[in-house]
Amino acid sequence: MSVDATPTRTAVLLGAQRFQPTLAAAVRETGVKGRIALVTAGWQEREDEDEELVQHLDGNTINLMLYKRGEQLFREDREFALAHKERQNLLRSLQDVYRLRLERALDAEAVVRLSKQPESIRHEVEQACIDAIRDLDAWHLYQCAKVRAEFNEKWKPLQRPAIARHRGDLIESLSDCGAIAIAGGHVAVLVNRLLLFGLESLIGARTVFAWSAGAMAVSQRVVLFHDDPPQGQGASEVLDAGLGLVPNVVVFPEPETRLKLDDGVHVGLIARRFAPSRCIALPARASVVLHDGKVVRTSGAVHLNHAGDSLPS
Amino acid sequence: MSTARIIDELINAWGDAPKLRAFLNAHSFPLVQDSHVTFVWIGQADAVNVRHWVYGLESSTTLTRAPNTDLWHLTLEIPGNSRVEYKFEILREGRAEWIEDPLNPNRARDPFGANSVLQSAGYVSPDWTQPDELARPGLLERIRVPSRTYGHRVVQVYLPARYRKTRRYPLLVVHDGSDFLNYTGMKTVLDNLIHRLEIPELVVAFTDSPDRLREYAADEGHAGYVTNDLLPFMNAKFPLIDEPRARCLLGASFGAVASFSTAVRHPGVWGRLLLQSGSFAFTDIGRRNRRGPLFDRIVEFVNAYREKPTAMSQRVFVTCGVYESLIYENRSLVPLLDATGMQVKFVEARDGHNWQNWRDRLREGLSWLFPGPLMFVYE
Repeated sequence: MSVDATPTRTAVLLGAQRFQPTLAAAVRETGVKGRIALVTAGWQEREDEDEELVQHLDGNTINLMLYKRGEQLFREDREFALAHKERQNLLRSLQDVYRLRLERALDAEAVVRLSKQPESIRHEVEQACIDAIRDLDAWHLYQCAKVRAEFNEKWKPLQRPAIARHRGDLIESLSDCGAIAIAGGHVAVLVNRLLLFGLESLIGARTVFAWSAGAMAVSQRVVLFHDDPPQGQGASEVLDAGLGLVPNVVVFPEPETRLKLDDGVHVGLIARRFAPSRCIALPARASVVLHDGKVVRTSGAVHLNHAGDSLPS
Repeated sequence: MSTARIIDELINAWGDAPKLRAFLNAHSFPLVQDSHVTFVWIGQADAVNVRHWVYGLESSTTLTRAPNTDLWHLTLEIPGNSRVEYKFEILREGRAEWIEDPLNPNRARDPFGANSVLQSAGYVSPDWTQPDELARPGLLERIRVPSRTYGHRVVQVYLPARYRKTRRYPLLVVHDGSDFLNYTGMKTVLDNLIHRLEIPELVVAFTDSPDRLREYAADEGHAGYVTNDLLPFMNAKFPLIDEPRARCLLGASFGAVASFSTAVRHPGVWGRLLLQSGSFAFTDIGRRNRRGPLFDRIVEFVNAYREKPTAMSQRVFVTCGVYESLIYENRSLVPLLDATGMQVKFVEARDGHNWQNWRDRLREGLSWLFPGPLMFVYE
């Protein structure tokens, strides 16, 4: 379940930009006119250290400074800040409970799959295990949406004077921007700041460029993942809904270091778990162009499919 | 090919210089065949021994001389995934000389020099211990810390790449800090683990002692220095998270005792402990441990803790090599820690009492004590 947002007209999802930046080329290719609004809130305290990014885009940018605005807002509106903190604690508790249940559901799926069930029931019991995981994912998304909806109902954030003032600034900053570029970083912080100021409703028809955590944030569901962590076996978990600007796509950035793409069973499980959404891995230099929510062009991206293959998207 | 056949091939090459050279060039030494490891030394001697530091094997084992050659060899059974440090002891005319293995380029350095290193089947040197050009390097700076106990001490402080005063960081205090930097390459390890998001950005104080055998032997003065001098100084100078969960003590051998003793003497201050191959000597009867008088104060301290274990920390990561005599003491300590309700993780490795063992366990220990933002940050 995503927030209320219609698919942005054109969205370009890119691979990580730190070592092999492709953003400027993508901007040129889409023929965007005007300034580019930057969102680097995922960098948190380092939000304003955007010199390389600005230079890469020839300086024709304005940073919306959503992280800093958030900090300022919490200082100004203490009552709201406390309520917001309480909501975040609630979401964290939900995440912990979901993770506990998910670990067991993932274990059950693996045990059943490896237990060599009779051929006549094998497909059905395996699918039942995956359905249990999908149900859990859906339950978690529903609970998160419920917490957010109750919070919005009670606090009406966009009507609070401090937020309304920031939104006014943002509308002005965006007025001569033809596009918005959303960088990676801490995905939970990024999603929070974007939602806090209701940015999804301010983007309009502007083209959205997003990479790494930015690409996750603009999609319908944010899925956290790592196949080779230093502790535990590694798993994927749904964090929350994203902005929903890019529907029906689950994004997996940095697959080079995070995903075991050569593990067919694992890849197939990811694809079946998040179906009917397309699971797309975005290595460095990859790009996916969507128009009105439909994929119209890809380069270097990898599509994870049900058969367990990871094919050029 | 079996070990015996390889040895035969080597012996058959003797007397044919090109053939012998070709054999030596074609193989890595010691020769590793599954769990069988063959040490080879070439030269004139009256006898040749392998000297190693594997608790459980005889400390000296003698190489056999192939008849009518200067080829010496010895095959031992060493389990897979093992690291063994060793030297050759060459005996000539009643004199003994300890040398590194000239056929084996693998070395491990320590404060006493270097040893040759046998890596048995399956052991891989972790990639996160090697410099990574993609990892942003942190900075090391030397800082003079005023101390009521010692007058002053110089500490090397590691600040992570992109350090900012507006952020708050966890603090890690490392005993034998210079040795950790020199012999485990700990700066590289920190740079890499932070780059990989496996641990958070943290501030590290590498401390040293001019008299470690005394100060690290469960000494109250040292515990006071670390907790009452160093910690407040670091808190005042750097933006640290001022909570026990964000404070960790790390040490190996006597340094682990120093960490443990500091946490026990100041309960609730240090929420994280990383104890490597701790010299946790104790007795079940009497006051003297077989290890000698250097351990007397440690025995007294550990005995007292064993009598009345306390939950002085929150998370404790204990690690020890199975080829160390200290494995007994460490295995004995873990259930006591566990029973106090602290979160305890114990990891054994097929390795000895040495710096590479301690290096190889840093990733697992640090990432368990201070989990990084791996699942949340996608740059």
